[in-house]
Amino acid sequence: MADPAAPSPAGPVRRAARFRIRDLALLPAVVLLLVIGALTNDTFLERQNLINILGASSALGLLVLAEAMILISGRMDLSLESIAGLAPALGFLVVIPAASGGFGTGWPAWLGLLIIPLAGALIGAVNAALIVGLGLNGFIVTLAMNIVLRGVLIGLVSGRTLFDAPPAFFALGSENWLGLPLCVWVSAGCFAVAGFALRYHRFGRAVYAVGGNAPAARAAGIRVARVGWAVLVVGGALSAVAGLVIAGRVGAVDANQGSGMIFTVFAAAVIGGISLRGGRGSLLGALLGTLLLGMLENLLTLAQVSAFWIQAIYGGIILLALIVARLTTGEAQES
Amino acid sequence: MTGARPPLVEAIGITKRYGPTVALMDAGITVEAGESHALVGRNGAGKSTLVSVLTGLTRPERGTVRYDGGPAPALADRAAWRRRVACVYQRSTTIDELSVAENLFLGRQPVTPRGRVISRRRMRRQARALLDEWGVPVDETARAGGLSVEDTKLVEIARALSRGTRFIVLDEPTAQLDSRATDRLFAHMRRLQEAGVTFLYISHHLREVYEVCQAVTVLRDARRIVTAPVGAMPPGKLIEAMTGERGGLPVPHTAPPPRPFGATAPAAVRLEQLSSPDFHDVSLAVAAGEVVGLAGLAGSGSHQLGAALAGLHRASGGRAWIFGRPLRTGSVPAALAAGVGCLPRDRHHEGLVPLLSVAENITMPISGRLGPLGLIAPKARDAVARRAIADLGIGTEGPAQPLSELSGGNQQKVVLARALAIDPRVLVLIDPTAGVDVGAKRALLAAAIRARAEGRAVLVVSDQLEDLRVCDRVLVMFNGFVTAEYPAGWRDGELLAAVEGVAAGDG
Repeated sequence: MADPAAPSPAGPVRRAARFRIRDLALLPAVVLLLVIGALTNDTFLERQNLINILGASSALGLLVLAEAMILISGRMDLSLESIAGLAPALGFLVVIPAASGGFGTGWPAWLGLLIIPLAGALIGAVNAALIVGLGLNGFIVTLAMNIVLRGVLIGLVSGRTLFDAPPAFFALGSENWLGLPLCVWVSAGCFAVAGFALRYHRFGRAVYAVGGNAPAARAAGIRVARVGWAVLVVGGALSAVAGLVIAGRVGAVDANQGSGMIFTVFAAAVIGGISLRGGRGSLLGALLGTLLLGMLENLLTLAQVSAFWIQAIYGGIILLALIVARLTTGEAQES
Repeated sequence: MTGARPPLVEAIGITKRYGPTVALMDAGITVEAGESHALVGRNGAGKSTLVSVLTGLTRPERGTVRYDGGPAPALADRAAWRRRVACVYQRSTTIDELSVAENLFLGRQPVTPRGRVISRRRMRRQARALLDEWGVPVDETARAGGLSVEDTKLVEIARALSRGTRFIVLDEPTAQLDSRATDRLFAHMRRLQEAGVTFLYISHHLREVYEVCQAVTVLRDARRIVTAPVGAMPPGKLIEAMTGERGGLPVPHTAPPPRPFGATAPAAVRLEQLSSPDFHDVSLAVAAGEVVGLAGLAGSGSHQLGAALAGLHRASGGRAWIFGRPLRTGSVPAALAAGVGCLPRDRHHEGLVPLLSVAENITMPISGRLGPLGLIAPKARDAVARRAIADLGIGTEGPAQPLSELSGGNQQKVVLARALAIDPRVLVLIDPTAGVDVGAKRALLAAAIRARAEGRAVLVVSDQLEDLRVCDRVLVMFNGFVTAEYPAGWRDGELLAAVEGVAAGDG
């Protein structure tokens, strides 16, 4: 409780420091992983490997960014991984020739590329209509949507792999700019813009207010439903872009793209300090969570861990990271 | 009563403090077996604390509780307390998703003759027998969550009776009941009383005291004022005992001389036959620079009327104007645009975002005005917050402190600052001093007086006399209708009588 009589002169300073500590709770874990990596593998700290980690993390990063905003607003979306599969597939299908499995519509590349984020946004809008508009439970709606979207993708692709697209479709994942893959720039840019907006724009603060206490936000004049729509639509569009990044790195789209990623997305967000109950967490934390998991995956690959055991180890280390994050912040994530 | 038999329960010289707050000071009560005893007093008089002492949930600092002439059980011996006394609270303690029978035997379900598994058949049979024995007309297989409030109370009473308890505390049992359900509940109470059950009956509705109780104890300011047979306490006397003869008022009434308004000046707030499911045909006007009180108990519709002005409740009929412009009810942005600021009823529900900072909470309604393109300049935001912190005397380390770390009174001041942030022409304060300490209370009411001096129209929705005392006039609502109006200078008794829905002239 505050003592109104004697506000400590060091108060504001201490408080700012404490806030940053929560954001940076993962830093010890990240540093620890860097040290372990450097000690156990000669190539880990090499420039090319670090760039690899960034490139491999950028699709996950975009998904984590989307999920983090949705979680902070007090909702959740389990269908992001299927959006990351279906939306780029649609973009491919309208562009590539029928002989390669496309619709045969032969639309120009720019239109195909434009359709990808639009499709993601549209799916997000459908989710919003069901959750915000109809008041259905977000968990079960997006779980069902995840299955529906995956099924549509499987049906559309029919077992083929879509690759015969113009080079622009693969630019995000394959081309470099100033020494870094394009997708790293895109992810970094999205994080920067979203991080700034969440901190300094009224819309971003409204996301926190709605997640923290929706009735109070409503009483303060915030249009709560509109915030719900916005995060789900933006989250869908970002996930679609994440899917394009994956397609670019792999060089193709198949029916499995993005499948199973949602668990990693939630893990990265929660490790990074995003509360599943809304209203709490920062994008800096989410970014660190993403990088932690990216490094971890890279390290396990470099260490040549048997492919049969990699999942068990990966999951175990995620649990460990949660414990470390809990101990460094000293507060329960879900209290 | 005869001297031969000791009273069922007797509490003597009970004193209990919570920090600096004195909840009970040398208070006591004596309940004779077989009577229905009313416990009345205003909010904060000490009723809940006394009940909590009588039910063994709170250990008093001084004083003794005796049951049937013997000492009360140790606080840790919950089973012994449960045999002696049970309390039926306002909020039901049944589990919605279980059946009535399962609720009745929760934790002590009948088992099969030899096995250790629950026999649902036996449980149903025993439940039926129990309900029949006490004449409770409830289906034992029904889902508890589907019962009416009245039936839920009866099930809770039956559960207590089945444990052997014959003394039952009813805490405002009629708060959510309509008059017919209340009558039915009273019929049950009378029947149970004839069967030997003793009731301690807590209510804000004084009429009910006369209907079902034989004796009454009045608490005021943590002390027992009187215990008497109901016949010896006519309403006038009862209200006098509850309110007392007050000397100095905590907030002096500083009504300005009435100012004449030009015929062309529109009223700050004008309502014409405004209706909703909670209030009916309310017509009133509030002038700029006037503080109007809206007094009413829960269920009177006063809260919803205030909330309707602030956009938190939608009216279904009638019209509302703010400074001559029609107001769309049910939309907060519309209310804010019209210049209506509101301190909502329950700060934890609609007031606070506890994880966000003091500054963010205060500036939430004006977040679009703190920078270009919807950006929020931290400097501008903190400047607004600092001004509010200074103006209202908010006890905080600074604008960046999370609101969750502030005391209740300071949180309430932040919610008031949020209402004032838009520089409202109309200020609606709903239960502004609920759950805050005396100092914060004074500061909050002083802010209402200052708002009047600044030419705002202020509507204070409350049933607290201290809140209403700052008002230039008070409208009383009862059962959804505005039933009376008092200019400043009303007597506590007459106002309270109107709020309670009894005529003060009785007796």
